Amino acid sequence: MTALVSNSRGAEGATPRRRGAPRSRGVGLGWIGLVPFTVYALLFLGIPAILAIASGFFAENGAFTLANFSTFAEPQTQKDIAGSIGLSAVSAVVGAIAGAVICYALLALRPDGWLRTIVDSASSVLAQFGGVMLAFAFIATMGNQGILYVVLNQIFGANTFSSPLYTVPGLTPVYLFFQIPLMVLTFMPAMEALKPAWGEAVATLGGTRRTYWWRVGIPVLAPAFFGCAILLFANSFSSFATAAALISQGGLLSLDIYRASTSETVLGHANEAGSLALAMVVVMIVLMAVYGLLQRRAARWGDR
Amino acid sequence: MKKRYLTAVALAATAAIALAGCASGTSAGSGGSAKTLTLAQAQQATSVKDFGGMDGLVAAAEKEGHLNVITLPPSWANYGKIIAGFEKKYPQIKINSENPDGSSADEVAAAKSQKGQSTAPDVFDIGTAVLDQNLDLMAPYKVQTWDDIQSDWKDPKGQWYYDYTGLMSIGYDTKKFPDGIKKLSDLLKPEFKNSVAIKGDPTQANEALSAVAMAALQSGGSATNIQPGIDFFHKLKQAGNFLGTLPTQATVASGETPVVIQWSFNNVGWGPAAGSAGNPNWKTVVLPGTGFGSYYNQAVNVDAPNPAAARLWEEYIYTPEVQNLYLAAGAYPAQLPAMKKAGTVDKSVLAKVGDAPSDFVQLDSDQAAAASTLLAAKWAAAIG
Repeated sequence: MTALVSNSRGAEGATPRRRGAPRSRGVGLGWIGLVPFTVYALLFLGIPAILAIASGFFAENGAFTLANFSTFAEPQTQKDIAGSIGLSAVSAVVGAIAGAVICYALLALRPDGWLRTIVDSASSVLAQFGGVMLAFAFIATMGNQGILYVVLNQIFGANTFSSPLYTVPGLTPVYLFFQIPLMVLTFMPAMEALKPAWGEAVATLGGTRRTYWWRVGIPVLAPAFFGCAILLFANSFSSFATAAALISQGGLLSLDIYRASTSETVLGHANEAGSLALAMVVVMIVLMAVYGLLQRRAARWGDR
Repeated sequence: MKKRYLTAVALAATAAIALAGCASGTSAGSGGSAKTLTLAQAQQATSVKDFGGMDGLVAAAEKEGHLNVITLPPSWANYGKIIAGFEKKYPQIKINSENPDGSSADEVAAAKSQKGQSTAPDVFDIGTAVLDQNLDLMAPYKVQTWDDIQSDWKDPKGQWYYDYTGLMSIGYDTKKFPDGIKKLSDLLKPEFKNSVAIKGDPTQANEALSAVAMAALQSGGSATNIQPGIDFFHKLKQAGNFLGTLPTQATVASGETPVVIQWSFNNVGWGPAAGSAGNPNWKTVVLPGTGFGSYYNQAVNVDAPNPAAARLWEEYIYTPEVQNLYLAAGAYPAQLPAMKKAGTVDKSVLAKVGDAPSDFVQLDSDQAAAASTLLAAKWAAAIG
């Protein structure tokens, strides 16, 4: 996640290196500063990830096997992979667009004004809002006994409407609750990097507002936008606690990993969790590769 | 060059931390030896005699000062009171209650992954299916009241022993369903739309599998054939009455899950018995006909970091005081028959909860395995 954020920030190219600045200064010891992060990332991200994925290649008795991958032949696993990708894609696209619109609206406000400050701090809090707390907030509002459906069913008669909250598509509004603020947080710096002078230049040359966005704004923002959208996808793809608190009968890849690794009824399939985790990693690698290609294209445009 | 340095430093740091982890692991293992018994000796103690009697056991346990229990939710079978009672009785022993909402499989995973560390679980409260696959983790130990547990409810060597069972029951909100629930098929009626929840995915949770097994018994199935139970939940789903969310004490209190099929002790524990945290209108019914139960087992971890405290916990669990606490929660303790004979059962509690049924079905390990295989193949499609 951190890598993705720095990517999307880097893409905006807000601080070009000063020409002629002494480049070599501090390089000799500079890497020391990176050590704590590298060690931390290796210990808590790298090694656990490798161990988890490696477990997918071994049987319970420790022998090498590919049998764990037979889980991908099961219709339920296939359906759940599609469910995870679908939910993540929809919540990422909707979240990215809605977040970008909010950023656009915020641009019109003074950066140090009270409304901006409120939206900024609310976004950083809400982007981290998840798990059982978020699930309960939605049960109270959108559950079958929540305000919305109680009112609807009182108007149209008992049991006319059922809450979709406990299905995979029903998770979309719940996820948007943290996806949109995350988009605002990560995309705002890119939006702020748009210089008013560019708009003035377009106007001077006879361009309209539409020309400005079509020829300048969108091309400049595109890499950051897609970078943020991929971050949102990953955020939703790996979400577990919120989904687990709302859905008890599976339907997502992350819930399948939980089921395989903790089952007390279907025994001897714990290592399938490792092969399912590998599937998650593969999906993310494919996305990152696509993003890399996109960014290279965008960079080429920028050089001209 | 830069990169290579970085890797080297990172590797060195990793190795150092890993080594430090190992070192602290071994010191926790070899240290903490009681005066009378070394850690290894205490881990092999098979009865209170090995400690020179109950006083010796208490002294050794107090010297350890800690007890690690795992997957014991406070609202489950009165475990909140049972843990508090232990800490009151032995104030010098601090209980660490890890992962209260975890599964039996989580207990085994924790014992394996934390082996040799001071945080590893000392004792297990474990379902039979997972227990059977992991007998090498269970140390033989016989509590003082060993003879009060009937012989087919315990391992002759003392590796495991039945502790308590619930019966599969239906809990419901009497305010929402004043007509009550008399038979299983009542749940298919339209007024139960979006109402009926079970405790998770039967291919993951034993309590959910037990709900399916109970439905099977009520619909002409048996311990060897739970297909009618799967069919019942399929019909429930078709009728729009099945609620695919995980019920908790909070969803019961808020009315979001107005019907929950789960162990009787959990339905009782989420009702008026829970006081302000419970639902005052929550009623628990065990349907007439053959009941469905499943004994949970007690066992001591072979690598328990606090072996004396672990054994003291087992002694405590099998006192009439604690067995009565299980009973008060609607769980039938393993020593209930002996306690009725000896007159140590809390009669007012027994009158309130009702006596244990003389016949109820529980799955043996082959039946449980067959049921799991069937569910793995059929369940997702049935409720999808």
